[in-house]
Amino acid sequence: MTWFLDHVQDVLDLAWQHVYLAGLPLVIGLLVALPLGWLARRHRALYTPFTAGFGLLYTIPSLALFILLPAILGTRILDRNNVLVAMTIYTVALLVRTVADALAAVPDDVNQAATAMGFTRARRFFAVELPLAVPVIAAGLRVAAVSNVSIVSVAAIIGIPQLGLLFTDGFARTFYDPIVVGIVACIVLALAFDLLILVLARALTPWQRAGAAS
Amino acid sequence: MINDIASWLLDPAHWTGPDGVPVRTGQHLWYSAISLLIASVIAVPAGLVIGHTGRGRVFVVNLAGAARAIPSLGLLFIMVLLLGPRLTGDAAFLWPSLVVLIVLAIPPILSGAYAGVEGVDPAARDAARGMGMTGWEVLRKVEVPCALPLVFSGVRSAALQVVATATIAAIAGLGGLGRFLIDGQAIRDFPQMASGALLVAALALLVDLAFAAVQRYAVSPGLTGRGAGAAGGRSSARGTRANAVPGHEEEVAVQRQAGKTEPQHGS
Repeated sequence: MTWFLDHVQDVLDLAWQHVYLAGLPLVIGLLVALPLGWLARRHRALYTPFTAGFGLLYTIPSLALFILLPAILGTRILDRNNVLVAMTIYTVALLVRTVADALAAVPDDVNQAATAMGFTRARRFFAVELPLAVPVIAAGLRVAAVSNVSIVSVAAIIGIPQLGLLFTDGFARTFYDPIVVGIVACIVLALAFDLLILVLARALTPWQRAGAAS
Repeated sequence: MINDIASWLLDPAHWTGPDGVPVRTGQHLWYSAISLLIASVIAVPAGLVIGHTGRGRVFVVNLAGAARAIPSLGLLFIMVLLLGPRLTGDAAFLWPSLVVLIVLAIPPILSGAYAGVEGVDPAARDAARGMGMTGWEVLRKVEVPCALPLVFSGVRSAALQVVATATIAAIAGLGGLGRFLIDGQAIRDFPQMASGALLVAALALLVDLAFAAVQRYAVSPGLTGRGAGAAGGRSSARGTRANAVPGHEEEVAVQRQAGKTEPQHGS
């Protein structure tokens, strides 16, 4: 505890780096996954290649991806963009399928009603399909967010500063305090992401609360 | 760069001896298999029972999410510092890592088994009861076969997690393919690191494909729709696609179920 109090500022700095490395890929990943998921939903032939193909990317162990990306991107190994790219890949891998399934779960009669009311295809997507898909997409995003926070800490092995550095630091000195603080900080961060997505999803779907009151 | 990796991989010296690629691959598979087996023995029955009785569902739903939040690297180091000094010889390097692998494999398997049973069509369950089956028979003859796709996808997620974490565990002295990554980094031998990374990625991919193949043949044709248009028990499409992709479908399934019931224990 004293160690934590003495190093609050360091921990906060690392936590902020962690938020950046885990959070930004969530946003980019979602923006990339939305059109891909939409395509996979719209063209039946694309569903399996897209979901299975992106799913395979998820199988690559994080440490391996952190090391391989510099060779592919031509970046230096200590460049934290490697981690951003890796986390974005994982997020997209998880979300393409979620988005496709979420859009597929939108009731057909609702879509037909929207079409009958004269909605254009684009307007129908943004005003009807996407909002109705929010709960399922949010469920996938929560899984992605929580696992991103955990995976980012692995990047400490290759020396990218974030909360994981507390683990390598504590381990190198056989000193528990930084490791415990790091684990707690990671869990708090994951819970914060989880809660944020939950709150956003609820705010975006007011009709769900109205229905649940009964 | 690519040439360096290719020449490292093609060098026969890297394919023989106790630190050659075949031995390291074998170690990696061995650690992964033993951890997965122990975790399955614990988590599959527990998940099935929880799904069948409905007792402890809040526990599983929360455990699945919470476990994912625990950073595996931190857990690994804590375990090594705690257990390492109490063990001697190779065991000091082996067991702390194996414990972490087992601990990390349990939640996805547990939630897969639970979500699988939980998601069984209530009509199928009622029909089984109506036919005079006991609770045990319902579980064994109806719920388990219907739950298999999600049970498998849970084990499959756990396998990915275990293969990935076994790689990281090299930093705590575990053998396996992770050694190339960690040892390569120690001497700034990037071709060795990248080659190791490539091998790990290939191994993870192969393990996943192997699970996909097993899953395909272990699951009843009535569920996957491989047989002619089976009508019964397909109201939830979630199980039928479980053979397509790795990932966290069992967790998303659990989350979805959690989301459905959230108003009850929310607020």
